[in-house]
Amino acid sequence: MPRTSTTDHEPLGPGENAGSQRPEKRRTDPDAAGLGRARATAFVVPALVLIGVFLIFPALWTLYLGVTNWRLTGLAAAEPEFVGLDNYIDALTDDRFLSSLYRTFVFVIGSAILGQMVLGFTIAWVMRRTNKLVRGFVETLVLIAWILPASVIAWLWLVLLDRRSGTLNALLGTEGTAWLLEYPMQSIIAFNIFNGTAFSMLLFSSALASIPPSQMETARMVGAGTWATLRDVVFPNIRGHILTVLLLVTLWTFNVFAPFLLTGGGPGQQTEIFPVLIYRMALQTGELGRGAAFSLIMIVINLVIALVYLRVLRERRQS
Amino acid sequence: MKTHTKRGRLAAALLAPALVLAACGGDDADPEPDEPDNGEAAPDDEDDPEPGDDVAPVAITLAENAIRGGKNTEAAEWIEDWAIPEFESMMADEGFDITVTFEGSGADDEDYKTTIALDLSTGGGPDVIGGFDGIWVGEFAQANYIQPLDDIYPESSNWDGWDQIPDAVQQNMSFNDQRYGIPGGTDGRVIYFNKELFADAGLPEDWQPTSWEEILDAARALKQLDGVVPIQLNGGVSMGEATTMQGFLPLMAGTGAAVYSEDSGLWQGGSGEVEQVLEFYAAVYGDEELGDPLLQQEAAGRDNSFLMFSEGEIGMLIEGDYLWRAVINPGSDLAPMENRDEVIGWAKIPAREPGAGIDGQDFVSMSGGGGRVLNPNTESPEVAWRLMEFLDSPEALLARHADDPRITSRTDVNEQIIDDEMISFIAEEVLPITFYRPGLEEYPQVSIALQEATEAVVTGTSPEDAAGQYQSTLEGIVGAENIND
Repeated sequence: MPRTSTTDHEPLGPGENAGSQRPEKRRTDPDAAGLGRARATAFVVPALVLIGVFLIFPALWTLYLGVTNWRLTGLAAAEPEFVGLDNYIDALTDDRFLSSLYRTFVFVIGSAILGQMVLGFTIAWVMRRTNKLVRGFVETLVLIAWILPASVIAWLWLVLLDRRSGTLNALLGTEGTAWLLEYPMQSIIAFNIFNGTAFSMLLFSSALASIPPSQMETARMVGAGTWATLRDVVFPNIRGHILTVLLLVTLWTFNVFAPFLLTGGGPGQQTEIFPVLIYRMALQTGELGRGAAFSLIMIVINLVIALVYLRVLRERRQS
Repeated sequence: MKTHTKRGRLAAALLAPALVLAACGGDDADPEPDEPDNGEAAPDDEDDPEPGDDVAPVAITLAENAIRGGKNTEAAEWIEDWAIPEFESMMADEGFDITVTFEGSGADDEDYKTTIALDLSTGGGPDVIGGFDGIWVGEFAQANYIQPLDDIYPESSNWDGWDQIPDAVQQNMSFNDQRYGIPGGTDGRVIYFNKELFADAGLPEDWQPTSWEEILDAARALKQLDGVVPIQLNGGVSMGEATTMQGFLPLMAGTGAAVYSEDSGLWQGGSGEVEQVLEFYAAVYGDEELGDPLLQQEAAGRDNSFLMFSEGEIGMLIEGDYLWRAVINPGSDLAPMENRDEVIGWAKIPAREPGAGIDGQDFVSMSGGGGRVLNPNTESPEVAWRLMEFLDSPEALLARHADDPRITSRTDVNEQIIDDEMISFIAEEVLPITFYRPGLEEYPQVSIALQEATEAVVTGTSPEDAAGQYQSTLEGIVGAENIND
């Protein structure tokens, strides 16, 4: 699109045609809605202000806070001092930061990619042929787990995993097992899979529905097994959807805070994924300056994922 | 269209972390320059109260870390059912139309503190803030979140209640010798024990250990009983200040050291006494398993320890009189014990060995206390102060504590209400041997470092390594030059 419009404009240069009626008319062409510069600006300004106030300003403010020793309370709350890049240097040399990054990585791979995506696809694939009743039932269950507030789900899971009178211990006969302490990372991964699978399932359901039935039919005619069908027909058709789910789910999981409701980041720091680390540091310990620096690092990581996503999306559209 | 929604979600995901911090960073909470005006405008009303419609209605809010049916339910019930109606009608008699809204909360103390710090940092918050721990006064004052009562409402210094509150107790809510709030009372720490379990283990009913070793001996005897955790000694970060106050600091006082020495102005370093305390933790949570290490790490570990103690699953528990008053009392909603008075005994916390405590004491304790502060951002300082004053009037304290005694800040009230055996014990036996935490802004961070050190030991780190780790954390907080070695 941009390319065509530039070529349109090229001959309009303020050269020989200046003054004649035609070029004047052409010059107003970009203003297809006929609003004029002032009114067009008036329409755009509210959106720009919102973006400025809620996106750009906070980001810049975080950047500023990140170079101070600002704290929630105490002298450093009233008069924060400039500390340069100390917070960032601390972060990159701090074991707690690095191991939190590693934990976040494990959490994202485990709960988002292996968990939500694989489970979401499996449900979508299995449910595609089952009768409406079963399908509606299963989908409703998965959706409920998704739409319930995380605090409610967390409460259910606390009851499920409780050490003394938990449902899971009763079912498995493993009385006294403190799941949240002995298998903390596994617990929050399972919790997040439970909580977030619906999105993948929904997206994969509609993706599967978009596969031309003739291709599936052909696969069946030539006697392709399930695996071959998936590999040669289904995956090539929904590659774009897989990518979308992958990136969105990764991004969300990277930012998810709900596991804090289960474990509070503990025991020790064993479930201190990145958002939890920032919360604990900024609000529980009150180190807002360092928290801001860590947040900025998180924003940068998010941006990288987002850029990859936008680029992939653009390539898909062009092809 | 699809792309738009996706981008929207993307933007939302990106925004979240930035917003959280920006929300916190929006305001440096400089006190309003015109603050004194508020104070001057209000007294006029008092001078000529005009009953009737001429007086504009005033609405104020009162916050406490108490909530009906949950944490500190007795306090919440008293406020909602007695104090607010009484105050409103008292003010109505004077011709004022006052509405008081109660903002209850049932959060952990640390989370409650974060909430009010954020409220105050944005220039908002409830007019009267209760549940305010005395050790927060320094850091809040230095952040300009709270101000001396004299600055917010100068008349407050004329209150007759001050004469009834001992200076040491007033000190709890003071900073740099200025009063920031009205203290609510004080407390003390003891070792509670379950007499039935003690009898089963062949231990005396009037047990009083004189050294740490005797505590461990009793624990070893209790260990023989089935399904009983011999001792609960708070450790770890998730117990929060309860670890420091009920665990580390009383033990440390029993080694002869204080976390901070007023005389030298130095903090206690990682070697020596700190290591001795950590060795005691190791003795409890190590190979002998006299305590339950997992309980220290659970997110709701403290509440669970209360429940287990009330159900006879824990033999000994080091706690403050809060446990007696508000947790295992028969009317409690947390862990009520119908037979509390018959089953639960208490003993003073011994020094490591006789005479090893601070000042050569044989027994030690730690005390603290909170109170209520007046929010400098309030629009009606006079009304807010009147409410604070009313809540600490003898009348109000008697209504609150007649059936639920505690050591209040007022001597005139204490004389009337303390007839409970346990509370008298605290007042007579424990307060004379007790110690207080330093009211310095570094203290809360040092406290967390101590909690981390205990957590390390509870989860298997050697006391020596944990002490070394504490030393280096402490250096980061107060600077190496401020540590004694």
